[in-house]
Amino acid sequence: MPTTLPPPERLIDALAEQIAPQITPDCALVGIHTGGVWIMDALAERLGHDIPRAVLDIAFYRDDFSRIGLHPETKPSHIPFEVEDRRILLLDDVLFTGRTIRAAMNLLFDYGRPATIRLAVLVDRGGRELPVCADFVGTRLDLPADEHISLEKNEAQGLHFVMKRRA
Amino acid sequence: MSANPQLTDDGRLRHLLTLEGLPARILTQILDTAASFLTVSEAERDVKKVPLLRGKAIFNIFFENSTRTRTTFEIAAKRLSADVVNLNINASSQSKGETLLDTVANLSAMQADMFIVRHAAAGASHLIARHVAPHIHVINAGDGRCAHPTQGLLDMFTLRHYKGAFHNLRVAIVGDVLHSRVARSQIHALTTLGCPEVRVVAPKTLLPRDVENLGVHVFHKMSEGIRDVDAVLMLRLQNERMRGSRLPSAGEYYKHWGLTPDKLKLAKPDAIVMHPGPMNRGVEIDSAVADGMQSVILSQVTFGIAVRMAVMSLLAGSGATGAQS
Repeated sequence: MPTTLPPPERLIDALAEQIAPQITPDCALVGIHTGGVWIMDALAERLGHDIPRAVLDIAFYRDDFSRIGLHPETKPSHIPFEVEDRRILLLDDVLFTGRTIRAAMNLLFDYGRPATIRLAVLVDRGGRELPVCADFVGTRLDLPADEHISLEKNEAQGLHFVMKRRA
Repeated sequence: MSANPQLTDDGRLRHLLTLEGLPARILTQILDTAASFLTVSEAERDVKKVPLLRGKAIFNIFFENSTRTRTTFEIAAKRLSADVVNLNINASSQSKGETLLDTVANLSAMQADMFIVRHAAAGASHLIARHVAPHIHVINAGDGRCAHPTQGLLDMFTLRHYKGAFHNLRVAIVGDVLHSRVARSQIHALTTLGCPEVRVVAPKTLLPRDVENLGVHVFHKMSEGIRDVDAVLMLRLQNERMRGSRLPSAGEYYKHWGLTPDKLKLAKPDAIVMHPGPMNRGVEIDSAVADGMQSVILSQVTFGIAVRMAVMSLLAGSGATGAQS
C-alpha cells in the first residue's frame, strides 16, 4: 500500500487527460463542496472555461441527518444551467462509502432529468457501502476504514492531501 | 441541565422560544443555514423541496388567528418534506374546556415531532416546552406581547441581505412597541448581533416603561427618530390588543407616526423599509412607501420561509446522538 500520494495537481492532470475526449457541447461539470469544487475549477483550467459549471452542497440530502443532525456549515447549491438532458460529469475528491454520491444524484434529479451522470474522483480509497463506482479515477488507494483522507487547500501549499486516523 | 431551556447540554438549539439570551453564534448559524435554504425554492428546480425532515410530523397549533405566519410555517415544513397538521384550537377543544397541556399531551400521543405554537398568553410555548417528551421540539410562533422569534430572525436575515452586516447599522423600530412581540424579538436580535444603534420611535403611550433597559435609544418624534437611519422597521398598530384610549384616532396616528414618503426622506437615501405584516395602510404606513422602491416587505415574506426551514432543521437535528456542534 502506498503511504504517500502523488500531488493532487498531477492527479488532476491524469483526470483531465481521461476526460478530455469525452467532452461534448451538452456536457457540464458539477463539483461537490468543497474538494469537488476545487477539482472542477482546476479541470476548467485544463479543459476550457466554456464548459458550464455548477456547485452542489449535499447537506440537505445526507442520509445521516437523524444521526448527526444538520451539517454545521451548509452552503447554497448553485446550478446555473438546465439539468434536463444534460451530460453531467460529477466531481469529488475522495470516493469512499458512496453515500455522498447517492445524495448528490438525488439532488441533481430534483433539478431535472440528466441524460447521463458520470463520476470522476481524485482518489478511490475503496470501502464502498452502496453500488457506486467512478468512471474516471486519478488514483486508487486501499485504506483501512479508520483512516481519514481529505483534500485541503491553503495559500502556501495549494491543493494537498491530509491523512489522519479517526479517533 | 443547560441554563437556557432552549439549548441542549452541548449548546445546540432544542426549542426556539425567544431570542432573548440566545448567543450570537446560534443566531448567525440560523441566518447562514437559511441562506442555503433560499435556493430550494428557486425557479431552476423541478422539485422545490428537500428530503431532510421526511417522515416527521409537525403540528401547527394556533390558539390565536394568523394566516401569514401559519402559512409560511406550513410551506417551510412542506419544503423540508415533513407532514404538517394545522390546528386552530380556539375553534375546537379549548371551547370544550380542555387545558393547554391536555391538548399537547393528546397531540404528542399522535406521534408529533415538533409543535409550532401561537398563543395569546405570554409563556405558553415555554410551558409546552417544559412538558413535552425529550424528542419533541417547540417553536414559538408568537406568544402575547412577549416574543416572535422567527419574525425577529427573518428581519435580521432581511437586514443582513440588504445591508451586509450589523456592526455599522443604525436601525429605527417605529410604532406600537408596547403591544409588539415582534419589536422585542427584533431588539434582542439586533443587540446580540452587534448593531450599535437601535432606536425605538413611538408615542409615550405605546412604549413599555422599561424599554431603555433593553439597550435602545428612545425617540418621541418621528422626524428625529428616523433621521439618517439605514433601516426603518415599522410595526403594526395592534388595535385588538389595546384596552382603553391610548390613541386619539387612526387618522391622528397616521399624521404623527405614519411612514409617508416625506418622512422617509429623513432616513438615509438607501434606507430600507420593513414591516412584519399585515399592514394597516394609511395608519402606520402610506401605500406609496409600502409599495415603493425602498420597501423590502415582500422579500421579508420570502426570506421568512427559508429562515423557518433553517430553524426547523436545526431543531430536528439537535437531538442526534452523534451530532456535531
